[in-house]
Amino acid sequence: MMDAQDDLVNLYRSLFLIRRVEERIAEIYHTDKIKSPVHLSIGQESVSVGVCAAMRPDDIAFGTYRGHALYLAKGGDLNAMISELYGKAAGCARGKAGSMHLVDMAVGMMPTSAIVATTIPQAVGYAMALKMRGSNQMVAVFFGDGSTEEGVFSESLNFAALKKLPILFVCENNLYAIYSSMKARWPADNLCDRVASYGIPAARIADGDLDAIRTAASAAVTAIRRGNGPQFLECMTYRWHDHVGPGEDLHIGYRTAEELAAWKAKDQVALTGARLAPDVRARVEQAVEDAIDAAFAFAEQDLFPDVAELHDHVFHQ
Amino acid sequence: MSSISENREITYAEALHEATVQEMERDSGVFVFGLGVDDPKGMYGSTRDLHTMFSPDRNFDTPLSEDAMTGVAIGAAMAGMRPIHVHQRMDFLLLCMNQLVNCAAKASYVTAGAVAMPIVVRGIIGRSWGQGAQHSQAVHSMFMHVPGLKVVAPTTPHDAKGCMIAAIRDNNPVIFMEHRMLYQLRGFVPTEAYEVPFGKARVLRKGRDVTIVGISHPILDCLRAANSLDAVGISAEVIDPVSLAPLDIDTIADSVSKTGSLLVVDTSWTNCGASAEIVAQIAERFAGDRAVRLRRLGYAPTSCPTTKPLENAFYPDAASIAQAAFGLLHKGEEWRPLATEAKEITEFRGPF
Repeated sequence: MMDAQDDLVNLYRSLFLIRRVEERIAEIYHTDKIKSPVHLSIGQESVSVGVCAAMRPDDIAFGTYRGHALYLAKGGDLNAMISELYGKAAGCARGKAGSMHLVDMAVGMMPTSAIVATTIPQAVGYAMALKMRGSNQMVAVFFGDGSTEEGVFSESLNFAALKKLPILFVCENNLYAIYSSMKARWPADNLCDRVASYGIPAARIADGDLDAIRTAASAAVTAIRRGNGPQFLECMTYRWHDHVGPGEDLHIGYRTAEELAAWKAKDQVALTGARLAPDVRARVEQAVEDAIDAAFAFAEQDLFPDVAELHDHVFHQ
Repeated sequence: MSSISENREITYAEALHEATVQEMERDSGVFVFGLGVDDPKGMYGSTRDLHTMFSPDRNFDTPLSEDAMTGVAIGAAMAGMRPIHVHQRMDFLLLCMNQLVNCAAKASYVTAGAVAMPIVVRGIIGRSWGQGAQHSQAVHSMFMHVPGLKVVAPTTPHDAKGCMIAAIRDNNPVIFMEHRMLYQLRGFVPTEAYEVPFGKARVLRKGRDVTIVGISHPILDCLRAANSLDAVGISAEVIDPVSLAPLDIDTIADSVSKTGSLLVVDTSWTNCGASAEIVAQIAERFAGDRAVRLRRLGYAPTSCPTTKPLENAFYPDAASIAQAAFGLLHKGEEWRPLATEAKEITEFRGPF
């Protein structure tokens, strides 16, 4: 069993890695080396890190186009991610995916999707396959609040509950679907009640707190492995940057500076880092910075795929 | 090519069933699901009793959630399973388009081959006996449009079995198009498992004067039309593409290079359809080298009406196919072939 200090170091390494990768992406975005949309996870790191910390390495994660945090928290290869963003040949999909379809099958990170809610039933199908095979692995599927408005969300809850599947549904509720407020989309702020009506235990973690998310996820994963069927977490969180791209967006006027400031005051990266001894924290941060430097250098020197690759992989051989 | 190891005839539905059983025996990852697959009727017999022959979790009923169930198939395939998702009507595939087109079709491409997508999606065309606007459609051309999807439309029991086995073993999504009016068709089917390779058309009838391509059930009317055309001295070659994506255009082109005339008969609308694609590819192939006569036939450009007189007029039949072929060769001349009965249509009774 890992001691508490090592555990905290690992959590902070993961949080800090995600934060700094996202910041580096934002820093270089103006160079147009990343010629595709990016949906940054800055502000939302604790959800992926907290839940993945409750999972085993051989468990399976499904996520969304805002997937950098999950990909990294699940242990996805950093060099392959940055090369993919650069559209280079050593990218996780040889440049064919970009930011929105990151994948690393070796660590159970399933391909993400840019169509809202589409990976929810896929995760359910994966969980069904695990159950059919008698595996004690489980699946976690991450999605935003907007996903819960798609019909397939309800269809998936219904089926997962019906079949008592080993799946944890994780709603990352950041209050906005692009610039549309939850208030413009939901008749009542009662997502957990709606989910519970399927017989799925559902809990909200209101403040993005890393420990609270991890504790709730651990309890959920334990119940899932006992064969109790699906569990649901609504993790309230907040996206600091624009929906897409590296910029900030307060000037648009769809949300307030006060709201953003309140969430920044609960920044889990800073709060978790402050729990480490300064020298330990410095060592962790330096190692992360070095790894990020190496990944961007790797992507810079990596080659673009040959044009002939256009036609590769349309069909799986 | 497979050998006929035992001289026996079975129906199209029985051939599908046999293929599924043999693959379920071979590979424990193969399972069947969809609304009603384990009911007593078992999809016209094609899935009958699979849940008792194997286990209830390998042939199971689902909620009416076509969108999510397609996602479930995709997720199960990512986990290494080989799901067969069955739809009583091909119309319902429109509810699955998001998962099939946006996800399944792209799974291999956007992961550079890291993810295989071995799913079979069976869609049954419900033509005849008043199925009306929403239970009779064939939407194969929408899937043919999309890279990453395979589309097959076998018409004989032999090809139904061989295509089903090939579809199950394929690492890509296969839209398996079936036609209810073919289900009772009998034919020789080898007992052992065999694959009918995709992308290879069959010349069902040799001829000199006109090439007729029939997609799915209309192939039966094409063969009837060919017999009518014999009576006026027109020798028709009849081709069954078997698979639409990939499409064996070479076999069709070889025939057209001999006949100089092509009629494509689809079990759907002509506009932007499979017939349009085949005719376009042939036109491109021969452009500048040789003038070829081209014609398409398909559904009337309307929704499918329920009332019998209008329904009869909505579909091409052996007579209209023969007339169209005649018209290709004898522009402006009138000829009315004798009506040929399509027993699978006229003898069909409901209630469904």
